[in-house]
Amino acid sequence: MNGPHDLGGQMGFGAVAPEKDEPYFHAEWEKRALGITLSCGAFGAWTIDESRHARENIPPADYLAASYYEIWVRGIDKLLERHGFATRSELLSGHAQQPGAVPKRVLKADMVPGVLAKGGPCDRPVKTAPRFVAGEAVKTKNFNPVTHTRLPRYARAKTGVVEAVQGAFVFPDDNAHGEGENPQWLYTVVFDGAELWGGDADPTLTVSIDAWESYLEPA
Amino acid sequence: MHDHDDDHAHGNEHAQGHDHDNHYSDMQARVKALETLLTEKGLIDPAAIDAIVETYETKVGPRNGAHVVAKAWSDPDFADWLKRDATAAIASLGHTGRQGEHMRAVFNTAETHHLVVCTLCSCYPWSVLGLPPVWYKAPAYRSRAVIDPRGVLAEFGLTLPEDKKIRVWDSTAELRYLVIPERPEGTDGMDEQTLAGLVSRDAMIGTAVARKPEGAT
Repeated sequence: MNGPHDLGGQMGFGAVAPEKDEPYFHAEWEKRALGITLSCGAFGAWTIDESRHARENIPPADYLAASYYEIWVRGIDKLLERHGFATRSELLSGHAQQPGAVPKRVLKADMVPGVLAKGGPCDRPVKTAPRFVAGEAVKTKNFNPVTHTRLPRYARAKTGVVEAVQGAFVFPDDNAHGEGENPQWLYTVVFDGAELWGGDADPTLTVSIDAWESYLEPA
Repeated sequence: MHDHDDDHAHGNEHAQGHDHDNHYSDMQARVKALETLLTEKGLIDPAAIDAIVETYETKVGPRNGAHVVAKAWSDPDFADWLKRDATAAIASLGHTGRQGEHMRAVFNTAETHHLVVCTLCSCYPWSVLGLPPVWYKAPAYRSRAVIDPRGVLAEFGLTLPEDKKIRVWDSTAELRYLVIPERPEGTDGMDEQTLAGLVSRDAMIGTAVARKPEGAT
């Protein structure tokens, strides 16, 4: 969706502000927000793609005004309610009022090292051969779905070159909406700066994205 | 408290002119309520949260990535492996896990400088760099890295030669990128541990280059 998260090429956010010796967390609640988010992810009730979509659905003014972990907390609230783990009333009160959905697993402390070390690989076998080969010119589709997609706006309807076929991966546009993993071939597609940004672009610039096969057409 | 705008919410619920400490108290209260609720329902284990935080505060960080870079500088066979299959090469050094499941290493050269961003969220190679800094997740960086990378680099104090090509990698899938900076001059014969000390987190994102050894000009 064309949400507030899709920031590539937008203007007006000012200078980047690197912080010397930045700490990992700027407040205690950020630590708990990280841990809660990862713990709830272990329920097995939603995918990383659904959680990304929950965050990009935050209204733009709220999204852009929120700190990063606040965005995470808003996303988790939504997912807990959607999947029946907590009611809105419980989320507002901060206390349990009724039984809710039962997760596939609850992350206990002794499971943490194993779970973090394993991660969640999302490469999957597919039966089809890749439609495109390295070196081939391709054009990205022009679409504006209200659902989740990982094709940024700035890279739609643009012509680039396939640099590499990366293997087949879970298709987030479907997986975010409970429609299955439906893996597809994934390609690294490189664009010249001028193709993306016009004649004033840095002449030395190239930008690549990782694009699922259904984002692409032959050029 | 630091003074990054990015860490300050100014949403509707904060429109009453709360000062910053009150703002943090709001979020502290909200997250505390969430943790209490989920604990009461048996859905989370607060000790697991402690373990997650401890892992990312003390065990997983840029040192892992610097280890990979120093090894690549020192061992041509490892560098080749890293180019062909970064996931396996990095895993061979013990750096595996969440947000590092599918790794790709990109090598800076005399001709090309690489820069990594995630314009859509905050995709970042946790297994080799730890948790991302605030600026990496903030709109200023995510919006501008793809359209004005030279301007962004200047804000990090890095001015590249005009003819140096810039290649930006927008991390739009589950591939996580590690920039292998150029090995500085004057480092012949250095052991891996000393070399790793020249590699900052930012050099592995592409917003810096590797440090020269002390005494080098």
